[in-house]
Amino acid sequence: MLRGWVIVVVSFAYLGLLFAIAYYADKRADQGRSLIANPYVYALSLAVYATAWTFYGSVGRAAVDGVGFLPIYIGPTLMIALWWIVVRKMLRITKENRITSLADFVAARYGKSALLGGVVTVIVVIGIVPYISLQLKAISSTFTILLQYPEIVMPAKVGAVPPLQDTALWVAIILAAFTILFGTRHLYSAEHHEGMVAAIAFESLVKLLAFLAVGVFVTFGIYDGFGDIFARAAADPKLAPLLTPFEGVAGSYASWVWLTVLSMLAILFLPRQFQMTVIENTDERHLAKAIWLFPLYMLAINLFVLPIAIGGRLHFPDGTVDADTFVLTIPMAERQELLALLVFIGGLSAATGMVIVETIALSTMVCNDLVMPVLLRLRALRLAERADLTGLLLGIRRWAIVLVILLGYLYFRIAGEAYALVSIGLISFAAVAQFAPAALGGIFWKGGTRRGALAGLLAGFAVWFYTLLLPAFARSGWLPVSLLEEGPFGLALLKPLALFGLTGLDQITHAMLWSMIANVGAYVGVSLAGTQSAEEHRQASLFVDVFRRLPEGGGARFWRGTASAQDLHNVLARFVGAEAADAAFRAYAARKGVRWPDEPLAADAEFVHYVETVLAGAIGAASARIMVGSAVKEEALTLEEVRQILDEASQVVIYSHRLEQKSRELEKATAELRAANERLKELDRLKDDFLSTVTHELRTPLTSIRAFSEILHQDPKVDLAQRRKFLGIIAKETERLTRLINQVLDLAKIESGRADWHESDVDLREVVSDTLTAMGQVFQDKNIRVETRLPEVVPRVRADLDRLIQVMLNLLSNAVKFCHPTEGRIEVALAVEDAALRVEVCDNGPGVRPGDERIIFDKFAQAGDALTGKPQGSGLGLYISRHIVEHHGGRLGVRNRPGGGACFWFTLPLARGAPLAEVTHGEEESAHR
Amino acid sequence: MIALCMLGCVLFNFPVLALFNVPATLFGVPLLYAYIFLAWGLLIALMAWVIERRD
Repeated sequence: MLRGWVIVVVSFAYLGLLFAIAYYADKRADQGRSLIANPYVYALSLAVYATAWTFYGSVGRAAVDGVGFLPIYIGPTLMIALWWIVVRKMLRITKENRITSLADFVAARYGKSALLGGVVTVIVVIGIVPYISLQLKAISSTFTILLQYPEIVMPAKVGAVPPLQDTALWVAIILAAFTILFGTRHLYSAEHHEGMVAAIAFESLVKLLAFLAVGVFVTFGIYDGFGDIFARAAADPKLAPLLTPFEGVAGSYASWVWLTVLSMLAILFLPRQFQMTVIENTDERHLAKAIWLFPLYMLAINLFVLPIAIGGRLHFPDGTVDADTFVLTIPMAERQELLALLVFIGGLSAATGMVIVETIALSTMVCNDLVMPVLLRLRALRLAERADLTGLLLGIRRWAIVLVILLGYLYFRIAGEAYALVSIGLISFAAVAQFAPAALGGIFWKGGTRRGALAGLLAGFAVWFYTLLLPAFARSGWLPVSLLEEGPFGLALLKPLALFGLTGLDQITHAMLWSMIANVGAYVGVSLAGTQSAEEHRQASLFVDVFRRLPEGGGARFWRGTASAQDLHNVLARFVGAEAADAAFRAYAARKGVRWPDEPLAADAEFVHYVETVLAGAIGAASARIMVGSAVKEEALTLEEVRQILDEASQVVIYSHRLEQKSRELEKATAELRAANERLKELDRLKDDFLSTVTHELRTPLTSIRAFSEILHQDPKVDLAQRRKFLGIIAKETERLTRLINQVLDLAKIESGRADWHESDVDLREVVSDTLTAMGQVFQDKNIRVETRLPEVVPRVRADLDRLIQVMLNLLSNAVKFCHPTEGRIEVALAVEDAALRVEVCDNGPGVRPGDERIIFDKFAQAGDALTGKPQGSGLGLYISRHIVEHHGGRLGVRNRPGGGACFWFTLPLARGAPLAEVTHGEEESAHR
Repeated sequence: MIALCMLGCVLFNFPVLALFNVPATLFGVPLLYAYIFLAWGLLIALMAWVIERRD
C-alpha cells in the first residue's frame, strides 16, 4: 500500500491541513479571538526546537555514544529556568521597541546600527543555511527510503542523481512555496504570524505523537519493556559501553558540559527560537506555563531515544542501516505500514516546522536589516519618495525565503554527505551562540558599545568559521585536507582543529572554547576601551532599564527636531499601508485625548518616537530610523547638544551647591541669633535678679524705719533713752536708704551715659587724706588700724573730685567690711608709676575667693551669690567705682595678698590730652567694655 | 529560579554524573539513564512548582 503516490498525497494532505489551520487561526486573529493566545499553544510552538535533527538525529547519536545527545535538551531546561529573568526582559524590550528579529534586537540595542544588524543577518544566514539543508536532506532521504518499502535500502549518494530527479530539490521548492504562503501573505504588524504559530503548535503535537508511537512500539511491541531492551544491550559487548558512556574518557565530560552550554545559548538565539519565544509571544504571562511545559515536552520526546537506538542496533546488527534512520526503518522492517507513514509525517512536521519558522525569521532579517537599509540609502532609487512600499517589502521577503531555501539545497548538494546529521546541527548552534555576548550583555550591561558588539561578533564568527566551517569545507573536498592535518602554510599552531596546540577536545568543544574567548574578550575589551555615542547610550538605558522606565514617550526624551504630522503619516502609510497608518494615528490620538483627524496632532518628540516605533514593527529599527529621519528635520543628538544637556545638569548641581551654602550660612546666622537670644535672656534674668535684690535691699531699711516709727507713734510712754535709740536707728536706716537710692540713680545715669561730670584739677593726695579723715570715726568704732604711705607731692590730675571721693569711700568701706573683725588693719598707699597715679587699699580680711576677681566688679554678679561673709550692700559700689575710674581713663582691679587680705587698686593717668568733660558716649562704652 | 538553574548545573555535571556512571541498573534500567531522566523530571517539577506558586 505504501506506494509513491500514497506518500505524496498524504504529505500534501498534511501540508494542506496545516495551511487550513493557519488560515483559520489568521481569520480568528482578525476577528480578535486569537487562537494562539494561550500558554499551551505558546509552549507547543516553542517545540519548533525539536527538528528533524531531534526526530531522526538523536537516535543516530544515541546509537553511537549513549546519553551523549541529552545535553542538547538538558541545556535548554537549565536556561529556561532563567527565562523568567532573561526572556521576560527581552519580551518587554521587544514589545516596547517593536523589534522584529534577532538582528533587529542587536542593532536596536547598539544605537540602531544598520551595520550591526547587517552583520548579524549575514552570520545567521551563513550559520543557519547548513541547518536548513539538514532538514531538506532528512525529508528527501526518508522519502526515498519509504519509497523502497518493503525493501530497506539506504539512499544513494546525493551527487549521483541529476538535480531534477533529486527529491530534495522538489522538497525545497514546495517548502519555499509553503513558507511564502504562510509567512508573507500580508505585512504583519510587529511580525506576529498567528496562523503560522498555530500550525507549528499542531506540528509539534504530531511529531511528539509519532515519536512516542514508535518508542512505545519498539519498547513494548518488539521487546518486552525497558528492562528487556537494556538487559539485551548489556549482554551485547558492542552495545554495553552505551550504558556507561563516560567510561574513562576525560574529554566526554568536557564535551558534555560544552554541549550543555551551547544548547543553553541556542535555545535563546536560534532565529526560530527567538522568533517563537520573543517575537510571536502575545502575552508575557504565557511564559510562566511555558517554563515548565516546554522542558516537559523535551523530556517526553527524548524518553524513547535510547531504547529505539538500542533496538535499531539489535535489529540491524550488520551496520548497513544508517542509525539516523532507525526511527523509520524499524517500523518498516516490522511491516508496520501505517506506523511508518506516521513516522514520515512526524519527521515531515519536524522538518517543515523548522524550515518555515527559520526562513520567515531569516527573511525578516534579510529584508529589514540587510536589504532595506541599503536600498533606503541608495538615493538613485528614490525609494523614500515612493508612495506605497508594502509590495516591495513583501517582494523582498518572498525572494529572501526562496534564496535561503535554495542556498540550503545548494549546501546539501555540495556538502551533503560529509557529516552525520548531528554535527551539522551543532555547527549551526555554535554560530548562533556567537550572539550571546552582544545580546545578553546588551540587556544587562549598559557599558556595551556598538564597536564592542561588532568586534565581538566578528571575532567570534571568524573563529567559528576557521575552526568549524573551514574543516567542513576541507572534508567536502573544497579545500586541501592538508589544511587540517598540517595547518595553513604548515603552521601546526594554527591547525583549525587544534588551535594553538589545544588537543584532546572534540571539534565543537574546541571551537566553542576559542570562539567564546575571542567573542567575549573583544566585546568587553573594545566596549571598555571606547565610548558610546549619545544614541547608543540612550538605547542602552532603554534596554537595560526596561522595567524601570516610564511607559509613555520615555524614549523621546533626548530628541529634538521639527516634523509635520502629515509627513509622518505619509512615511508610515508607504510601509504599512494607509489603513494601518490611520489606525496607528487614531490609537495615538485617543491616548492623547485628541479627536484626529478633526483636530491636528502635534508632531512633537514623543509622537515622532511613536511613529518610528510603529514603523520599526514593519521594517526594523535601523531602517525605521532612516525613514523617519528622511521625513523629519532632525537636530537630534549632536555631541554638542548632549554636552549642553550635561551642562544643564551641572548647572543644576552648581545651583544646588549654592543653595546648600546659603542654607549653611542661614544656619550659622540662626545659631548666632540663638546665642544672642540666650545672652539676652541671661541678661534679662540677671536684671530680674538685680531688681529683686535692690527691692529687697530697699525694703530692709524701710521695714525697720516703719517698725520703729510706728512704735514711737503708737506708744507715747516710751522713755527718752529708748526714743533716742529708736530715732538713731531710723536716721541710720534712712541714710542707708538714701545711699542705696543714690547708688541706683548713679548707676542708671552712668549706664545711660547721662551722668554729669564736673572736671577740675584734683590733688589725689588730698582726696585720699580727706576720705581717710571722713572715715576716721568708723575706723575708730571698729577698732581698725590705718596705715598710709603717701608721697609728699603728686601731680594733679584732671578729674571729677566728688566722684573720686566716692570711689575712695567705696573702697575704704569695703575694706572696713571685710577686714579682720577684731584686729582690723587697713593700708592705703599712693604712688606715681608709669605716667599714672596708683592708689591701693589693702585689708587683712579673708581676701577675694579665687576665680571671683573679675566677677566682683560686675554689676549683677554680686546680686545673687554674695561673697563670703559679705554683711550688707547691694554690690553696686565696686561696679560704679570701676565705671568712674574707667571714665577717667584709668583701671580698677584687685589682687590677693600673700599673707591674706585683698588689695583693691586703681590708677589714673597723668597726661590726658583732651579735657575730660565731654567724652562721647561711644568711647565711654568701649572703655566700659 | 536562579537557584534551580544552579541546582541543575550541579545535577547534570561531572562529579555527580560520574557517581551514576556505573554498570548498575534500577528496575532493569541502567542507573545513569534512570538518574538523568529522574533528575530532569524532578527539576521540571520544581520549576513548575516555583513559577506557579509565584502569584
